Amino acid sequence: MIETRELTKVFRDRKRGEIRAVDGLTLRVAPGCIYGLLGANGAGKTTALRLLATLLRPTSGVATVGGYDVAAEPERVRARVGFLAASTALYGRLTARETIIYFGRLNGLAEPELAARLARLADELELHEFLDRRCDKLSTGMKQRTSIARTIIHDPAVMIFDEPTLGLDVMAARAIVRFVRGCRDRGKTVIYSTHVMAEAEKLCDTIGIIHNGRLLAEGSLEELRASYREQDLEDIFVSAVGGKAERWAE
Amino acid sequence: MMFWSNVRTVYGKELRDALRDRRSVISMFVVPTLVMPLLLLTAGMIMAKVVKKAQDEASAIVIVGGADSPQVVAALRADARLRTVGIDGDFRRMIAEKRVRAAVELPAGFEASLAAGEPATVTLHYNEGELKSGFGVNELERFFRELRERTVAERLKRRGLPEGLVKPFEVKRSNAAPEKTGGNLLGGIVPYAIVLLCFTGAMYPAIDLTAGEKERGTMETLLCSPVDRTALVLGKFLTVLTASLATMACTLVSMVACLLVGGTLLFGGSAGASGAAASPALTLDPFGVAGVFVMVLPVAVLFSAVLLAVALCAKNIKEAQTYVSPMAIVIVLPAMIGMLPGVELDARLALVPILNLTLACKEMLSGEWHWPYLALIFGSTALYAAGALAAAVALFKRESVLFRA
Repeated sequence: MIETRELTKVFRDRKRGEIRAVDGLTLRVAPGCIYGLLGANGAGKTTALRLLATLLRPTSGVATVGGYDVAAEPERVRARVGFLAASTALYGRLTARETIIYFGRLNGLAEPELAARLARLADELELHEFLDRRCDKLSTGMKQRTSIARTIIHDPAVMIFDEPTLGLDVMAARAIVRFVRGCRDRGKTVIYSTHVMAEAEKLCDTIGIIHNGRLLAEGSLEELRASYREQDLEDIFVSAVGGKAERWAE
Repeated sequence: MMFWSNVRTVYGKELRDALRDRRSVISMFVVPTLVMPLLLLTAGMIMAKVVKKAQDEASAIVIVGGADSPQVVAALRADARLRTVGIDGDFRRMIAEKRVRAAVELPAGFEASLAAGEPATVTLHYNEGELKSGFGVNELERFFRELRERTVAERLKRRGLPEGLVKPFEVKRSNAAPEKTGGNLLGGIVPYAIVLLCFTGAMYPAIDLTAGEKERGTMETLLCSPVDRTALVLGKFLTVLTASLATMACTLVSMVACLLVGGTLLFGGSAGASGAAASPALTLDPFGVAGVFVMVLPVAVLFSAVLLAVALCAKNIKEAQTYVSPMAIVIVLPAMIGMLPGVELDARLALVPILNLTLACKEMLSGEWHWPYLALIFGSTALYAAGALAAAVALFKRESVLFRA
């Protein structure tokens, strides 16, 4: 379960002054659901997800992940979260096996359990072929599968995906989408940020449209279509970030 | 318990990662073990060979005047260590063009003056900035010193006086440095080299483990793990410290080996006691070396923590290098001041980081052990190091540092 109430993050920049990257974000994601955070570049998606993953501390507001407050118990939150982003890279000089084992150990897994989980993930994600190859020698697809294994080695209840398909080819992106669906099917709480409308349409049970750090619209695809009287998500998005949507959000 | 287990996990991973990185291995092992000693040995051997050749060679000289002093001219020509060359134009030009090493100008009626017991001045011309010219003028001085001694001895003999009349006593030099080491030539160079290599050994891993992680995008991956930030910093810090100490240990071992081999090659004696006797200024006391290793520990901690903190503030490797490179000059300065003759350890200087280590090492390697100063240096440096480590931990918890745009 993910819950946020009036979650706000303010950055102070010498040149640009105060930047409200996330502004009063309130949302709730239930287990077995995929919540899509849809927004343009710079809308505040990454900051919101980094707040949930405890990489950043909120300026104000509350967020709980798996029942733990992100500000008060960040380590407990991180132990229950798997964070996968286009920007989370792998250690090039470690092998895929070493990488997965490293993150397993950092997540406090005992060696026998770690070995069993690694074996299972290697089967599920078909890692055997390159498990002992250095990450910098892997193809994009192999890296991606290793990243997924690294993210879920501790079997987290909550999955946070920050534009995970960014820069990937069609096949690799489809594999990610399939994996995200699998997470939902296994009852995990999933929050997924994207600016690709088709991805949000296909994948998300609930879509939140975020712009300038503020959540402007929220609901299932059908609910959004009904609210905005538009069929296409892109049209809904444009309406939402325009004047009409601002009124709705207020 | 979990905390230290995490520190061990991070340390193990970072060390493995560093040992697979060619640049880290080069700065940790190859430079101190191979490149530095090879450079020192090669330079030393070439220098020794050149100097020996120049010394062994008969010095080419030119005689100016001396037409009325045939015996002196003949003796100069007969001297095995001198090779007389005929004058060709201006003798000064001949020296400047390195055709001869030196020139001897005999005054008119030199031999007649000697016979009459009148004073006379022989002028030796040479180029002070030229090593070989110095050897040439030394040989000429030796020749005329011997001639003077022979002349004095003959005069005394003619008058029936004892030789001791003009030499009532002898003056000789004796080295009063502590028995174990002959001097502080190495006492000055070794700490300087150690400080520099201790820093450079830590430099690359510190950058790679902080700014490098940011640049490659692995920092965010790491920060997603539930490990306490302090454990992450300690794991990384221990890796940088290991690199620094490994560099220093390699330097010490290779320098000692270089000294033993170099001493044999340069001075022809065997290593050890006879080598020490042959080159007292180039010996190292094993206790002194152990002392250096102990005293350098807090400095290595200080360097590792400071480098980690500074490099963490950079957003990529290039930026980190621009921050860190000038620091190498900053640390070299006090090390160089410590090498200067006359700069001695006192309570005030014992509080100045790096300079205090250089001075203490200089003393320890020449067999002097000022325990209160050593304790003060160790304590103060450990305190600075703890402060730097605390700063690194604090920086690692600041999101403005970790996620600098």
